[in-house]
Amino acid sequence: MADYTIKVRRYKPESGKGPFWQDFDVELEESLSVLDALLQARSNLDGSLAVRCSCRAAICGSCGVRVNGESVLACKTKLQEAQDHADRREGAGAGNPIVVEPMGNMPVIKDLVTDMESAHWTKVRRVTPWLLPAGEPPEREYVVPPESMLDITQSMACIQCGACVSACLSMEADPDFIGPAALAKAYRFVGDPRDAETRERLHDLAQDPHGIYDCTHCFGCIDACPKGVAPMDQIMRLRRLATHDEEITDQNNGRNHEAAFTKIIERKGTLDESLLLQESYAPGVKGKLMPTRAAIKGLVQSLPTAIRGIRTGKMRSLSKLIPGVHPKLPDGAQEEVREIYRHAEEHRTEINLYIQGEEGE
Amino acid sequence: MPTHDVLVIGAGLAGQRAALAAAERGVSVGIVSKVHPVRSHSNAAQGGINAALNPGDSWESHAFDTVKGSDYLGDQDAIEIMCREAPEEILHLEHLGVTFHRNEEGRLGTRAFGGASQARTYYVADITGQAIMHVLYEQLMKYSEQIARYEEFFTIGLAIDGDGACVGAVLRDIRDGSTELFAAKAVILATGGNGQIWRPTTNALICTGDGIAMAYRAGAELMDMEMVQYHPTTLARKGFLITEGARGEGAHLLNARGERFMERYAPNKMELASRDVVSRAAQTEIEEGRGFQEGTVALDITVVPKKRIHEALREIVLVGRDFAGVDITREPIHIKPGNHYMMGGVKTDVRGRTSVEGLYAAGEVACVSVHGGNRLGANSLLDTLIFGRRSGEDASQRAREIDRPRPPRALLSDQQSRIEQIIGREKGSARRVAEVRHEMSVVMDRHLGVFRDREGIETALEVVKRLKEEAASAYIDDSGAVFNQDLLGAIELDFMLDNAECTCVAALHRTESRGAQFRTDFPDRNDDEWLKHVTLSANGDEPEIGYAPVTITNWEPAERTY
Repeated sequence: MADYTIKVRRYKPESGKGPFWQDFDVELEESLSVLDALLQARSNLDGSLAVRCSCRAAICGSCGVRVNGESVLACKTKLQEAQDHADRREGAGAGNPIVVEPMGNMPVIKDLVTDMESAHWTKVRRVTPWLLPAGEPPEREYVVPPESMLDITQSMACIQCGACVSACLSMEADPDFIGPAALAKAYRFVGDPRDAETRERLHDLAQDPHGIYDCTHCFGCIDACPKGVAPMDQIMRLRRLATHDEEITDQNNGRNHEAAFTKIIERKGTLDESLLLQESYAPGVKGKLMPTRAAIKGLVQSLPTAIRGIRTGKMRSLSKLIPGVHPKLPDGAQEEVREIYRHAEEHRTEINLYIQGEEGE
Repeated sequence: MPTHDVLVIGAGLAGQRAALAAAERGVSVGIVSKVHPVRSHSNAAQGGINAALNPGDSWESHAFDTVKGSDYLGDQDAIEIMCREAPEEILHLEHLGVTFHRNEEGRLGTRAFGGASQARTYYVADITGQAIMHVLYEQLMKYSEQIARYEEFFTIGLAIDGDGACVGAVLRDIRDGSTELFAAKAVILATGGNGQIWRPTTNALICTGDGIAMAYRAGAELMDMEMVQYHPTTLARKGFLITEGARGEGAHLLNARGERFMERYAPNKMELASRDVVSRAAQTEIEEGRGFQEGTVALDITVVPKKRIHEALREIVLVGRDFAGVDITREPIHIKPGNHYMMGGVKTDVRGRTSVEGLYAAGEVACVSVHGGNRLGANSLLDTLIFGRRSGEDASQRAREIDRPRPPRALLSDQQSRIEQIIGREKGSARRVAEVRHEMSVVMDRHLGVFRDREGIETALEVVKRLKEEAASAYIDDSGAVFNQDLLGAIELDFMLDNAECTCVAALHRTESRGAQFRTDFPDRNDDEWLKHVTLSANGDEPEIGYAPVTITNWEPAERTY
């Protein structure tokens, strides 16, 4: 048994007051979870502490919260690990409280209970989340490749806990972003050979300004997901299918932007950002200093974003945007990158643990 | 007053399937759940769902395995229906989009399961319940015009009219605390089991036997309440489930000496004997000192090829890693029998009808009885779907035939007063709700577990009766309206204590050993006296005992060996 202090961000909607912090001292075995700590606090200290929970075993997806700032399931987060994390984070030796807050990117209803309906379920319904097969079903089962079922079982493993939504940086910038969980759900249908609306679904998600091109590859959802769904991977699968297989050109310039990235890497073995924007807006430009009209228009339209980036310090090396000054990588690294690119192009395989198995098997 | 033709209470597999079946028949449906539907405990069903769908298999074989598994207490007419209709249900789910495992030809593939003479368990890795439930929820979203969803609404009590028919329910919107009387021509209970009256249990915190208690209070008969399944492989203390699918894939059970002890208890089926048999074997090893120090035996999954583990047992890899600190692909995991499932429940016929007019029950809350004394693995999902659908169909038929329901308005104010009374209890004046709940669950596990005897059951019953008195004054802290989970906890405690009392009374009454009920003071099965169901109904504040015959069609009771 060990003593822990959990510091909970509380909110009582009927009090007329804003959120406040409250510490709870609990005594529990080290292997138990943050949820166990919350439940002990609720059972013994304050029954009004609100937290959704049910299975205690990371199956039901009820207890999404943030612990020390990270989006997790409370039941799957071990107390001692959370304590160590709190101590590392604060850097002031032992005895820091474990900080528990409601999930991010969602309105709070009470204490640790968030409004997942408005922040999440409306997005799920947005992706037409049911199978749309062609015609009448067969007499027996649909005969489909076994790997295809294993493939989409990865997104079926999603328990809709919202941890990825809470951790999503794009959602923070664009609350209308369909989001990692709902897009993973979308892949579950797009990747399903029984579904007959693959192209329509991809078209819809590509054209939506808050769709698949709204993801910024930050990996936050992959880190946060307690079930190994890897939502960002599912989004990238949607993108590859939309661009490579279906050749959907979208109003968000997503396909062109992606093509620009890969083309620059293919050619140069490094990302020359000075080329990226104009190449995205007008693929196949004549040269660095001769952007086409469309590219100029796109570049001008991007100015406000660029200025915001400079002002907030997010865009630090302005010189990178000046054509021709992109630094060369040392020791022939660029050629190595090009080699990797060629290899990837020749071996287009999905790395799905559930199909390939682990290394060394 | 919100009014629906059919009101479904509970939104796990049975409830969602019932709602969809009723909606398909064109009636208006409301489905209520105290949690968001996808949080329901059907999620936890890992291993799969049984059906005799392979060309070499037959529904008769499936039915016989089920009858034998039930220790001949299952009603064979109901078992026949379930097993005959199973293949069509599996195909229906597949057509809706369930990502069932495929064999190399791309057709549905099976795995082996306990107590079955053939591999007839269809599955999605080891998340079968979750995979099916999320697909049904997809359908609920698809048919949202026909099916109104009341998510995070807590059902406090059923509405019974002057003729004794069920005509609705009183619901509390958890989010804003408002209480409302809902009217319905038929009410389907699909509220799941009562595992939380035991501790530890594989069951979720929401499994508090609400439906059983509400039906019992409304005058419905309960049946087989003594039949409580302890699953052979659960994590010690926390009670988390390690799927039978692990043994289906070939995992071994070992005692602390490294012996594959099932050789002594079930030489033919070994680890895949029925659950009551395997649980008793494991418990015997532990009690006779051949287990590990913490009161466990070992489940060795390392004998299963690693790739297959990752493909078929991925959830167990996570459970092992996250909750036991064990890499199951490399070392055995320590397990023990733990509370898992209730075979008993609200007595229904094969259409889901209970003894109260207009009230239906399906899934774990119900007792049809297809599981009798012991449920076979992968038959519970099947039960929820088959009898969920049948309840939905029959309830929609009833809705077409009867007039508008008129639930008495007074029921609403009765329930509101009850809530005010709970909130008004003086803080610090008596015991906390959580204390009472804890004492109940520990005493139930101690005395109503794998092995039982008169003395133990009587002790438990006395404690439960005392706790009922204490619960009446147990206080809560939260007096708010929004998300007052404290209040719901107090109401759930009342429900659970009714469940606990009925279980004790039935277990005490059945003076024989059959299926999951093993009485050390009556260690043999006694068909002459006890080939019958024990029923319970509320008589004042005490359960009144009755009997119901066991329906036997094709399979005469025989000695049961595995």
